[in-house]
Amino acid sequence: MPWISRGLRGGILTSRYPAQADGYGERWAGTIRLRHAGGGEARDSTGLAVACPTQAIAVTGDGLELDRGRCVVCGRCVTLRPDLVELDHATEVGSLARGDLVVSTGEQGDEDACAPLGAPGAAPGSLPGDDLARLRASLELRTRALRRSVHVRHVDAGSDGSEEWEIAALTNPVYDVQRLGIFFTASPKHADVLLVTGAATAGMIGPLRQTYEAMPSPKVVIAAGTDAVSGGLLAGGYATDGGIGSILPVDVWIPGSPPSPFSLLHGILLAVCLLPAAPGRNRSHDTRPALVPHQPGDPSATQGSPS
Amino acid sequence: MSDLSSDGATSRELPLEDLAAAIGAAVRGGMRFAGLFAIPEPPGGTRLRAMLAEPGGLPSIDALVPPGHHSYPAITPSVPAAAWYEREIRDLYGLHPSDHPRPDPLVLPRPADYPPPRPGAGEALPPLTVDSSPLPAHLVGPGVFTIAYGPVRSGVFESVEYLVETPGEEIPHLRSRVYHKHRGMERRFEGMPPEDGVLMAERAEGVASVAHATAFCQAVEDIAGVSIPRQAALVRSLHGELERVANHLDSVLRHTEAAGQAVAYSRMSYHKERVMRLRADLCSHRFGRGVVLPGGVSGPPLLRPGELEGAIGELEGALRRDLELLMSTPSFLDRLRGTGVIRVEKAAAHGALGPVGRGSGQAEDVRRSRPYAAYAELPLRTHHRDEGDVLARQHVRVEEIFSALDLARHAAWALEDAGEPPDGAWASPVDPEASGESTGWAEAPQGEVLYLVRLHQGRLSRAKPRSASFHNFALFPDAFPKDILTDFAFIEASFGISIAGVAG
Repeated sequence: MPWISRGLRGGILTSRYPAQADGYGERWAGTIRLRHAGGGEARDSTGLAVACPTQAIAVTGDGLELDRGRCVVCGRCVTLRPDLVELDHATEVGSLARGDLVVSTGEQGDEDACAPLGAPGAAPGSLPGDDLARLRASLELRTRALRRSVHVRHVDAGSDGSEEWEIAALTNPVYDVQRLGIFFTASPKHADVLLVTGAATAGMIGPLRQTYEAMPSPKVVIAAGTDAVSGGLLAGGYATDGGIGSILPVDVWIPGSPPSPFSLLHGILLAVCLLPAAPGRNRSHDTRPALVPHQPGDPSATQGSPS
Repeated sequence: MSDLSSDGATSRELPLEDLAAAIGAAVRGGMRFAGLFAIPEPPGGTRLRAMLAEPGGLPSIDALVPPGHHSYPAITPSVPAAAWYEREIRDLYGLHPSDHPRPDPLVLPRPADYPPPRPGAGEALPPLTVDSSPLPAHLVGPGVFTIAYGPVRSGVFESVEYLVETPGEEIPHLRSRVYHKHRGMERRFEGMPPEDGVLMAERAEGVASVAHATAFCQAVEDIAGVSIPRQAALVRSLHGELERVANHLDSVLRHTEAAGQAVAYSRMSYHKERVMRLRADLCSHRFGRGVVLPGGVSGPPLLRPGELEGAIGELEGALRRDLELLMSTPSFLDRLRGTGVIRVEKAAAHGALGPVGRGSGQAEDVRRSRPYAAYAELPLRTHHRDEGDVLARQHVRVEEIFSALDLARHAAWALEDAGEPPDGAWASPVDPEASGESTGWAEAPQGEVLYLVRLHQGRLSRAKPRSASFHNFALFPDAFPKDILTDFAFIEASFGISIAGVAG
């Protein structure tokens, strides 16, 4: 009996996100942002690229390029060159295209410079605005039927354990995703969304594929966390793939080590096209598409669009 | 602080054939078997090192497996706690422990033509493929059937495969495989400078980032002969204690979930979220990553001392009300009492760590037996019980939540009194060319974590985390024989194991 009154004590603890911005989303850094310093300062920034433990920063001809899908937000670059990079207090860091996680201080607004998606010589993964819109429209078509009842199956494909805590937090009274019609399910046969953490260890590739195949269509795949997006610090090891992009057709990419509950919630809403139209809440300020191709041989970069 | 670990007087080298007997004698003499480590010795040899804990020290016994030898006399027959270590070394180094009672693959069922990864040897490896087909059943008999559980679990859990062989309700036989999650962590450390290595350590067992980073950095600091500023030691303790509160609350809330205590589950998960937010307020990261660096910490807590104390006080008040109610709710306690018993003798023989050990009469806490960070100056209270059941482990955790909050408060006070470190340097410089070997430790929420670290001219040539999760997991099947299927979730939650920390 005493638990009944205990449950009522404290009133409503639940966030209003996404209908309203949540201040907590801006209290700490979800990713790194490039400052728009001129090309001159960036030229002597080779040290920055060398210092990055996951090679997320590259110096290009006319500026810096940051791959948020590789970034583990250790903040070393910010300590080293606060004039060029800064912490970004945003939680809406997920994206529909792998290439969209790559941001650059190079030429701005010059989208014509991008070859059309899939054209020979096109930057793998990087998307001009039109193609991103097309991608969103096709995803919207696929997920229209799911809207009010989205069932999520989580699979750990080699995480460090912290991602599971943040996913589990989504059901606590603060995030309470059930209010949005989002539910976690045990059976892949009931699942619409596959939420995958970890860098895809050799032992989990089989179970991961089986889970995906057991899901009914339409199905949506989310790579949750930097490890799942690119392998993070584990990329290049003998026992892991560079993320899950070479194994499954990923629809939404959420960087973060681990991604915060708000980043995960945003990613799930993005996957089922449930985000309100009004942009700009908890939003990263630097989401222009990349103008520079990925490093060749990065398997995760080639999985920009759903199959 | 860790002068005993690298002190030549406390480690000795024996001929390989005497190793098992010497470890057996040490354990019978009252020392705790703390782990068996393999270190490649060029060209092609492998050093086996047993670490043995005694109050105030961590002496070791070494023996060399010469190049070309692929087996050695097993230690497990004289010290059963070595069983998993020997299986791991067999998988990772291709060294067969002869006379091992059960040398099945543990970490990695490699294809026959795949070379042993040999962490520390620096040889290039092709990408691994493994056969992840389900385990075959061991038990046969009328009415006995097998429940395969995992690796993809029902619910948001880390991947692990359990095979429950049961005639209906009892669990006479439980087997597990953890290698699905094997990430090859040890090899990824190699070649990194310590400042990158600490990022790896934070992810070796992601829910205990601070403890792992602390243990790793202590080993590096010992090699480089660096002492950290007192303020940095206090910050490490502060974050380490909040990490303990979060992990213990996670265990408590999983108990409430398993018992179907919906309101208690809601309240506990809300409190855990508050702890995670407090941690983020202190350092901009919900898991305290980026705080501990080789030589010290990245800086002071981001909250002012008054705010921090206020936040801790508020949390403590709310937790005390809800945990006192929970620990007097009979429908909850009935599920815990007498469930998943690890007897005191069993825990002592295995050297059970952390709350699992302390729930079964093993009082040791590394914060007291080998003080690190600022624990020598903080008022530490430790708790242990003798019942050995899920309830005893839960009691230990609840008591530790409050003592951890108290320690965090004392660390905050001491930080306020101490002011800025000399010259504003929160980390002492570490020689970028340091070479040597040492072992670091910390009391993670799961129990004692050890780091064996070798540096060669400022680069890691070997880094081996040994989590309490790995050590305790071998005891997990022993908790089942008297219990039934519906107890599984309680026993699992009460062990509080992170699979990432087991699989490496």
